[in-house]
Amino acid sequence: MDAGNTILQIVSSFIEADLRVAAPILIAAIGILYMEKAGVVNIGAEGTMLIGALAGSIGAYLFQNPWMGALLAGLVGGLVGVLFAYLVVTIKANQIVAGIAINILALGGTTTVNRIFFGLNASSANIPSFQKTAIPFLSDIPIFGSVFNQFGLAYAAFLLVPFTYYLMKKTTIGLKIRSVGEHPEAADTAGISVPRIRYGTVIIGSAIIGVAGAYLSVGLLSFFSENMVSGRGYIALAAVIFGKWNPYGIFIATFLFGFGDALQVRLQTMGSSIPYQFLLMMPYLLTVAALAGFVGKAVAPKASGKPYFKG
Amino acid sequence: MPENVLEMRNITKTFPGGVIANKDISLELKKGEVHTLLGENGAGKSTIMNILSGLYRQDSGQILVDGKPTVFNSPKDAIKHGVGMVYQHFELIPELSVVENVILGIKQKKEPFLDLKGSEKKILAYSDKFNMGIDPSAMVWQLSVGQQQWVEIIKALYRGARILVLDEPTAVLIPQEIDQLFSMIRQFTKDGYSVIFISHKINEVKEISDRVTILRKGEKINTVKTSDVSKPDLAEMMVGREVIFKAFKKEAEPGEIALALENVEADNSKGLKALKGISLSVRKGEILGIAGVDGNGQSELVEVITGLRESTAGTVNILGKNVTNVHPREILDLGVGHIPEDRQESGLLLNMNLRENLILHDYHTVPHSKLFLDWKYIRKHTEKLILDYDIRTSGSDLPAGKLSGGNQQKLILARELHGNPDILISMHATRGLDVGAIEYVHKNIIKQRDAGAAILYVSTEIDELLNLSDRIAVIHNGEIMGIVDPENVSIKDLGLMMAGAR
Repeated sequence: MDAGNTILQIVSSFIEADLRVAAPILIAAIGILYMEKAGVVNIGAEGTMLIGALAGSIGAYLFQNPWMGALLAGLVGGLVGVLFAYLVVTIKANQIVAGIAINILALGGTTTVNRIFFGLNASSANIPSFQKTAIPFLSDIPIFGSVFNQFGLAYAAFLLVPFTYYLMKKTTIGLKIRSVGEHPEAADTAGISVPRIRYGTVIIGSAIIGVAGAYLSVGLLSFFSENMVSGRGYIALAAVIFGKWNPYGIFIATFLFGFGDALQVRLQTMGSSIPYQFLLMMPYLLTVAALAGFVGKAVAPKASGKPYFKG
Repeated sequence: MPENVLEMRNITKTFPGGVIANKDISLELKKGEVHTLLGENGAGKSTIMNILSGLYRQDSGQILVDGKPTVFNSPKDAIKHGVGMVYQHFELIPELSVVENVILGIKQKKEPFLDLKGSEKKILAYSDKFNMGIDPSAMVWQLSVGQQQWVEIIKALYRGARILVLDEPTAVLIPQEIDQLFSMIRQFTKDGYSVIFISHKINEVKEISDRVTILRKGEKINTVKTSDVSKPDLAEMMVGREVIFKAFKKEAEPGEIALALENVEADNSKGLKALKGISLSVRKGEILGIAGVDGNGQSELVEVITGLRESTAGTVNILGKNVTNVHPREILDLGVGHIPEDRQESGLLLNMNLRENLILHDYHTVPHSKLFLDWKYIRKHTEKLILDYDIRTSGSDLPAGKLSGGNQQKLILARELHGNPDILISMHATRGLDVGAIEYVHKNIIKQRDAGAAILYVSTEIDELLNLSDRIAVIHNGEIMGIVDPENVSIKDLGLMMAGAR
């Protein structure tokens, strides 16, 4: 009986850890999805997330409220989106180069601003963080109860999945976004403004990515640390491809990555004889293997990454 | 109610750089009329259509709809006034369904939610009325090219078009589909729609239109009632001189087999089977035409023969040598000339000059290169070919991309034909060329044949194939449907074979 309980507990905490790791990547990936559907590839998601993380910790600190942190992260993320959209839509810069520029800008910029704002020891600042909200009854279910004991932001992330799916499939704005991403010339002749759709999706998407950053700094931790995103933005980009540009697919992809991460943490604490460096690779290897092996040929929006020249 | 639903008065359009695309062109369209704009490539048809669709603004001149002066600032304006464009290069999104394509950009009743069900019903009503057989929920990529054209028409009708502008609609259709289109057009005019039909094909123009306006080099030559003019007259007005319809060629004297394919199979770039056991042979001194709708395996066939695509089964034999899946240069060195499908995509290096383009095959051989490239020789050689092949250029320094379409093709002919190849593989050699250039290409192809070359000539133009070929093989869905004698085959039968009948 006791042993059974222990196993249940392990599985339960495993699922909990999985979701905790997966949620911020899921949020970022959905943000990326919005712009990719409209034909804009944003390698700068990593940097946007990092800026969002810093903005989140500053917002939460100033207002002493984690939600204000998330809000500020979204606003600042949106501003980064304006910059990125200006670069790739208005002056038609190469999207990859513009994205890398955002990443470099973010890494240096956040480090500087963080030191100015919080000093060298950011973790000592008193920043309120998200607390878990258990959903009554549902959170009491054995094993899977932990699914319903998450940050509020995580629930929002899960709701974002069906919302995005529905928006893309069943609404005029979704149809416009898809048409701009597949065939901007055709969208243009149908009277749809390609720049407006791309600006819109890049700004909204970047705002969502910014919030994903806040999930790290006022959710998983309660302070900003330099380069704390550490590749999650890139993983989110991969998750969009792995999920075949489908919100549900993306959900599964991020969940798989979270699984790998939870597993490696678990193995480390169990004192596995495998060197920890290899264990750390696990989530990434899982993602690579999934991308290479199981997904098959994913079909990206046709105009992905291409600037649109009218006429 | 004015008699003319649409009037264009004294339209002039000059492009930056001083090219006059339209000069003082006037056009009247009556209600229920089919009015053809006839002209060669570059005559100014597209420009005037782009003005009518709101993509360009005219420098001077007026557009009147139902007698009222109107300004079209965007495609949306044009459709608001009932002008519906059906473009030559379809503006459809293959990854979306028919209904999604049709309602794209249209305000929905329950904005922002799409009214898919209601729209499907409306589309089905159009499809039934005009006998189109369209399934509104199908994805556009699943449709045949003909059906895609019908969807484009539905798109215009759905948006309230009363004037349909069809830009070279028959270019992509097989004969049966052309008949279907023409009976649709007759139904449209009966229902009070008016049609502007853009074409350079005299036969079709004669069959479908009530009146014809002929454009040449940006100027209007005349507007005539179709019933008042003969086909040769129309052709002469279009080209500006008498046109010989039939390429003059003497009886073929086929020799030994130069090119033989046996059960050749290959995949296309998507990994799907594009060639399903092709067997055919071409003898020296004959032209084998390959007829078929675009995308039925012609590109793959040409690529397999020239070594550009791996074949998955079967053998390719050239001059008695098995060349299946050998390096392209080995094949070229056997004496094979290749006029590729798309002269700008794979035929020429547009940013490089004429000299560099001309030595693409020979650059590594004496006398072009002895240790280093011998530019003095190459320049002399190029200048000779420019004269021989009548390439109109300011000099051999010009980048190939700066030449006109016809001269680009002449440049390719010069490169591929000057060594008198034993085998010539040609695809869409006359696509997009004007009548003069087409005649030039045909003359040279026949000259090569008479000199003993075996020629594989791929085209989608049935008239051209009937004219030029000694035998015609029809390809459909990666298979040869049959090989026919151009003297004894009806266009109807060819059309049926192109649609998949044996």
